[in-house]
Amino acid sequence: MIRFDHVHKRYPNGREALANVSFEVDAGEMVFLTGHSGAGKSTVLRLIALIDRATRGQVIINRQNTAGVKRRRIPAYRRQVGVVFQDHKLLHDRPVFDNVALPLVIAGMRRREIDKRVRAALDQVGLLGREMNAPLELSTGEQQRVGIARAVVSKPPLLIADEPTGNLDPDLALEIMRLFKRFNEVGVTVVVATHDIHIVEQFGLRRIVLEQGRMESDTTGSLATTGLPPATGSQEGSEKGKTP
Amino acid sequence: MRVYLERHVQTLIGSLGRMTRAPFATAMTVTVIGIALALPACLELVVSNARTATGSWGNALDISAYFKADVAVSRVEQLAAALRERPDVAEVQVVTATAALAEFREFSGFGSALDALADNPLPHALIVRPRTDRPSPARIEALKQHLGNWPEVERVQLDTEWVHRFHALLDVLRRVVMLAGVLLAIGVVVIVGNTIRLDIDNRRTEIEVTKLVGGSDGFVRRPFLYGGFWYGLAGGVLAWSLITLGVWLLDGPVARLAGLYGSAFRLTGLDLRGAVTVLGAGALLGWIGSWLAATRHLRSIEPTA
Repeated sequence: MIRFDHVHKRYPNGREALANVSFEVDAGEMVFLTGHSGAGKSTVLRLIALIDRATRGQVIINRQNTAGVKRRRIPAYRRQVGVVFQDHKLLHDRPVFDNVALPLVIAGMRRREIDKRVRAALDQVGLLGREMNAPLELSTGEQQRVGIARAVVSKPPLLIADEPTGNLDPDLALEIMRLFKRFNEVGVTVVVATHDIHIVEQFGLRRIVLEQGRMESDTTGSLATTGLPPATGSQEGSEKGKTP
Repeated sequence: MRVYLERHVQTLIGSLGRMTRAPFATAMTVTVIGIALALPACLELVVSNARTATGSWGNALDISAYFKADVAVSRVEQLAAALRERPDVAEVQVVTATAALAEFREFSGFGSALDALADNPLPHALIVRPRTDRPSPARIEALKQHLGNWPEVERVQLDTEWVHRFHALLDVLRRVVMLAGVLLAIGVVVIVGNTIRLDIDNRRTEIEVTKLVGGSDGFVRRPFLYGGFWYGLAGGVLAWSLITLGVWLLDGPVARLAGLYGSAFRLTGLDLRGAVTVLGAGALLGWIGSWLAATRHLRSIEPTA
C-alpha cells in the first residue's frame, strides 16, 4: 500500500526533513510512526497526502508513483487517502454533518447516499445524533472524532493521522487510538504519527521510528492485538461491515 | 447529471446566503457596481432620447428665404411660382408678413407688445421644401445658393442645420459613452475581483480543507464564481432601479419642457432589451471578475498541514 524508496525531502529553506527513508506498509497493516518532534513524521504524511513531493527517491502509494501524479490529478488522488489532523481542521461555520459530508459532496454523491454514509461514519465514531451541533459545541475529543469520521466517510483504503491525540488526555487518547485500530481491523491501512510512546506501547503494533529525518528503527509488532482492552461499547457492530 | 445540477443550484443558493450574512459589506460592493453600471446606461439613454426628440425634425429639410422689406407680395408670389417649376423642389409655401405676424402673435405670447408696434417688422418669406426622395446635402446647398442669388432675398436659412450639427454631436457623445462604458466595465471586473479575493483570503481554511479531502480546483472555485455572479447581478438590478427612478423623476419636467416646444415627446426609459442588457452585463462582468480572482488566487492556496 505504501512504499518509500530512499526518499529525501529538502525544504526550500534548506532544511533536510527526510534523508534516505525507506519502508513499506502492506495493505491492511497498521503502523505507528514515532520520533521526536521535528524527526520527520509529518513530512512522511505530507508526502503520502501529496501535500509535498519528495526531493529524491520514490513514494509509491496504492501502486501509484506519486511523482507521476499531475497537479490536476491530485484531488482524485487525495480521495483515496483519509487524513486526520492534530487540530482536527474542522470548518466551524457549519454543523458536524456538513463537515463529515464534505468529501462525499466533493465526490458528487447523491443526497440520500450522503445522508446514509455520514450517519454511518458518525455512528462508527460514537457521535450519532450530534449531526446538527456546531463543532465548537463539542469537546476536543469529540471534535477529533468528527475529524476521523470525515477521514473515513468516503471509505478510503488508506487512513493517515498526524498526532491525532496530541491535545487529548491519556484516556481520550487511548479511545481515539482504539478507533483507528477498529478501522484497521476491517481492512483499512492505517498510519498514525505520534510521539506518545506510552500509547504506542499499549498497542504493540509495528513501529517506524524516525530520528532527525533518518530511519532509526522499524520494529514489527511484539504484542498480539488480543491483549488490548475491549473497545467501548456504544458503536459495537453497527457499521463495521460496511467499511472496506 | 441530476446530482450535478442539484449541486450547482445548492452552491448558487449557498453563495447567495453567504452574501446576506455580511449585509453591509455586500451592500457596499453592490452599490459601487450598481453606480458603475448605471452611469453608462444613463448616458446612453440621454443620447438616444435626445436623438428621438430631434429625429422628426431632422427629416424636414426646409429652407426659409426671407425677402427684403420693400419687396411686394406679388413679386414674392411670382418667384414662388417660378420655384415650383424646378425639379428639385417639392413644395413652396408663401408666408406673407401679415400671416407671419399673426402666427407670431398667436404662438409667442407677445400679442399685446406687438400691438405697440406701428409697422409690421416681419418680412415676407418662402418656405421651400426640397424633394426628399433623394436628398443630398449638395443638392440642398445648390438650391440654397439659387435662392440666395435673387436680389430680392435678404437671407436664406437652412432650418435644419442645427439638427444635423446636434446629431453629429450626439454621435461624438455616443462614442464617449462607449469609452466610458468600457472603462466602467473594467472597473466592475476589478471591484468584483477584489471582493472575491478578500473573500478567498477569509475562507483560506475552508479552501485548504476542501483541497485536502480531494476537492478539485473547479469545485473550490465554484462558490466564488457564483458569488461574483450574484454581486454583478445585484449591481445590475440596482443600476436598473437607479435608472428607472431617474427616468420617473425626470419624466414630468421633460414632458412639460417638450410641451412648451409644442412636442408630445416623452422620456423613454429602459425597454426590456435594455434592462436585460444591464442585468446581463452586471452578471457577466461579475462572473469574469470572480473568475480572474479565483483562478489566480486559489492556485496559491495549498494545504499546509
